[in-house]
Amino acid sequence: MANMKHSYYEAHARQRLYGLLDEGSFKELLPPAARATSPHLPLLDTPVAFDDGVIVGEGQLAGRPVLAASQEGGFMGGAVGEVHGAKLTGLFERATGRASGRTTHPPPAAVLLLLESGGVRLHEANAGLIAVSETMRALLDARAAGITVIGLIGSSVGCFGGMGLVASCCDTLVMSEEGRLGMSGPEVIETAHGVEEFDSRDRALVWRTTGGKHRYLCGDASVIVEDDIGAFREAAIAALDRKRPLTLETLAAEQAILETRLERFGKSHDALDVWRALGVEAPEGIALLDRDAFVEAASKARIEA
Amino acid sequence: MEHLNFSFDGGQPASAGASPIVVGVVSSGNLEVMVEPSADDARCSVEVNTSARGFDHVWAAVLADFFARSQISAVRISINDVGATPAVVSLRLDQALEEFRGVSAWRT
Repeated sequence: MANMKHSYYEAHARQRLYGLLDEGSFKELLPPAARATSPHLPLLDTPVAFDDGVIVGEGQLAGRPVLAASQEGGFMGGAVGEVHGAKLTGLFERATGRASGRTTHPPPAAVLLLLESGGVRLHEANAGLIAVSETMRALLDARAAGITVIGLIGSSVGCFGGMGLVASCCDTLVMSEEGRLGMSGPEVIETAHGVEEFDSRDRALVWRTTGGKHRYLCGDASVIVEDDIGAFREAAIAALDRKRPLTLETLAAEQAILETRLERFGKSHDALDVWRALGVEAPEGIALLDRDAFVEAASKARIEA
Repeated sequence: MEHLNFSFDGGQPASAGASPIVVGVVSSGNLEVMVEPSADDARCSVEVNTSARGFDHVWAAVLADFFARSQISAVRISINDVGATPAVVSLRLDQALEEFRGVSAWRT
């Protein structure tokens, strides 16, 4: 079994989570039987999910205590409603000891976010927006308390909207080529700016604009892995002690990187132009490279953030 | 939304001490099925929340078939459905029961 691959992309949120953590170590908080469901969806005559689309709990990774959350893109595109967001916020507050009833002593080594979300659940409007901002604040509190936060993206929905912002707040972001990260999703851009600006049905365009390879080359993702739950697990273990301190200096350095990026690539019309400007040899061939060959090709060109 | 309740008597109690389980996802053409142990030894109760109105007789038939196959009691089954077909519902119910009885391997 050790060498058998399990696609991260094809797995449901529970399968991803159980496969990522040490076998048998996961204990779910607010499990489905607790029926912590959305109070808003029944008012709109819409079905609820018993876990509101996110699984949270504690477990171990390589023998070390961690907290983890896994979003299910199948339920309303993994969108964040009031309860869903409260579960994420509560997880970070548990990590920092702000919530009562913490059972992990000393504090966990890390909080893992297995992200799959289109962003705020529009049905829940302001409650969803507030939930995302509370999650973001709780995440930064955890990082300020010295707890590593690791984001993992490799599922079909990708990670967009408010959760794209949450992803960008992590110490380390691990992606597969199949994973996608962005602010506005492809359909949103097309709706707002027209199909000439962005054709959301052009899969090659969508992936080279938001996919794991582009995010790795631009420095948004620090690690790129194959589409395999075991590979995500190894990357998460390696990232347990990789902390990016939240200081004025590190934030200023990040801001400088982003400004330089805008200066260098702001006029680019396509990710291919960006890759060429980065100095990638044969950018047209990037999409076809397997993970190892891609990392090799990217090694001299990518922005390290 | 439609809210339906069913109850079946005369099955064999599920093994004591089993943990609640969930299979499936609440998405179009799919459903989630939760099975929990219940204190009522003689009964299998089923609660259905479905977005598809007017299919109560189909649910009754599919669940009666499931009970005839499984002969289970002392369980509470809860379903959130978004228009799954009867075949999908049957497969999910069988999958849920397998997991509840600890036959299936993914959750350890």
